[in-house]
Amino acid sequence: MLDQKNIARKIIFFVALIAAWQLLAASGIAPEYIFPSPVGVAQTLARGFANGTFLIGVATSLQRLLVGFAISAGAGVLLGLALGRIKLLDETVGALVLGLQALPSICWLPLAVLWFGLSESAILFVVVMGALLSITLATEAGIKNTPPLYLRAARNLGARGWKLYALVILPAALPAIITGMKLGWSFAWRSLMAAELLSASLSWGLGHLLSFGRDLNDMNQVVAVMLLIIAIGLVVDRALFAPLEARVRERWGLGAQ
Amino acid sequence: MKLEIRGVSKTFQSKRGSLTAFDPIDLDIREGEFVCLLGPSGCGKSTLLNIIAGLDKPTRGEVRVDGRVVTRAGTERVMIFQNAALFPWLNVFDNVKFGLNMIGVAKPERQIVARRYLQMVHLAEFERAFVHELSGGMKQRVAIARALALNPDILLMDEPFGALDAQTRDVLHDELQAIWSNTRKTIVFVTHNVREAVVLGDRVIVLSARPARIKQEFVIDLPRLRQIESYAVVDRARAISALLKEDTHASQRDVAANVLHELEAQMVGDDVL
Ligand SMILES: Nc1ncnc2c1ncn2[C@@H]1O[C@H](COP(=O)(O)OP(=O)(O)OP(=O)(O)O)[C@@H](O)[C@H]1O
Ligand SMILES: [Mg+2]
Repeated sequence: MLDQKNIARKIIFFVALIAAWQLLAASGIAPEYIFPSPVGVAQTLARGFANGTFLIGVATSLQRLLVGFAISAGAGVLLGLALGRIKLLDETVGALVLGLQALPSICWLPLAVLWFGLSESAILFVVVMGALLSITLATEAGIKNTPPLYLRAARNLGARGWKLYALVILPAALPAIITGMKLGWSFAWRSLMAAELLSASLSWGLGHLLSFGRDLNDMNQVVAVMLLIIAIGLVVDRALFAPLEARVRERWGLGAQ
Repeated sequence: MKLEIRGVSKTFQSKRGSLTAFDPIDLDIREGEFVCLLGPSGCGKSTLLNIIAGLDKPTRGEVRVDGRVVTRAGTERVMIFQNAALFPWLNVFDNVKFGLNMIGVAKPERQIVARRYLQMVHLAEFERAFVHELSGGMKQRVAIARALALNPDILLMDEPFGALDAQTRDVLHDELQAIWSNTRKTIVFVTHNVREAVVLGDRVIVLSARPARIKQEFVIDLPRLRQIESYAVVDRARAISALLKEDTHASQRDVAANVLHELEAQMVGDDVL
């Protein structure tokens, strides 16, 4: 019951918001190229999907994101595992990771362009720097906070070597790792958009469509692409990470956050 | 002798100084014997079990199993922890199979063995359940199945039934006695419950307050299966309780004194600030 009321409230709010927006746009306080209308944005969205540019944009960005995220997730978990278990590494590399974490990942772009040229690799590098560190730190924290009782029980049941890592230490840290992945995913998404905006000469991701819209003075396209970026970010967070996180936390006996 | 504890002592070092959990302890346990350890809280019972399990090192002395000195954890000595310590990422069946997987038992055999022990603890129909879906007593039974599946010579049980209601505990007492008479394992069982010790043990060993030493041993030669409310059990328990009480009072005074100390220290610290 409460849930339905909640949803109803949200729908009413957004319908009202869009209506107000449409009214404001129709009142003619500003020309279309400065203040687009919802109808215009909707038309642009429909056209963009019909002629394929938006689909290509979404596909291009998602592909970059997935590759970058996969690299970050793999390397981040391994690095976090090493930092969590090896004290010397934690005191040295761990401090470095913590320091680098303070740097917005888009700041790597100039360096990446010098190293890799203005290429896919440069964008990928920025995305990885955005996601890797938070996944590393979350994994490390998860491993350090593993209840020692699990480790004792595992050793007592004969676990050692790689099996101890793969079947006990990592699964025990999984709730923290998933939280880190969720964070890493949103960092990767932001970094990618920033990198695409600043590297307009490469092929057509959503960030490029955004800056292209600005070049054409086509505010409908700018807002349409912004909505797409929000939608993708939300869908992945809500449809993928949030349920996964909730399920793991429940099973691990951690309760809701 | 199955298990020989020779001059084992344990001192913990911390910033606030050192703490001796127990004085040199000597204890022999025969093959197939069921020994219960009783003692005031904090006297070192868990520490002793951990040392026998090889999860902790003694400061002095050594533990021998079948004449060989214990240097690390081994699956011939399996511990059942106070709060079960099941792995929440595995379902009941996989928890019970865990140890078998670790020691390299082939997959088909793992399944058979795990099923057998789950049946023994009456949890066969819960094999697909996850840990968070079990009650406390069920978790404890899974932990027992998980330990027994490894077929250890020695079972180390640290207050395994401490958190359970009386009814569940009585059922588990019966089950444990049955398992023990069928398998004749050597069992070291830590408890705070004197009657529980009398129901289960061939021998009840009473430890003193910290630093623990063996205060007295009681041989319990009552016929099995023993019931916790039977007159004979209650009668034996009474004598042991009286002995235990002296020390529990002492240890409570100890705790109270410690709390006072801490408070004083804090107040002094606050003054300085
Ligand atoms: N890792 C540790 N570091 C420092 N002191 C410890 C450590 N583990 C235990 N101790 C101390 O050693 C003493 C014995 O602890 P232990 O857990 O063996 O007691 P216990 O007899 O099992 O108590 P209980 O019946 O309450 O479970 C306690 O005073 C405790 O504070
Ligand atoms: Mg204890």
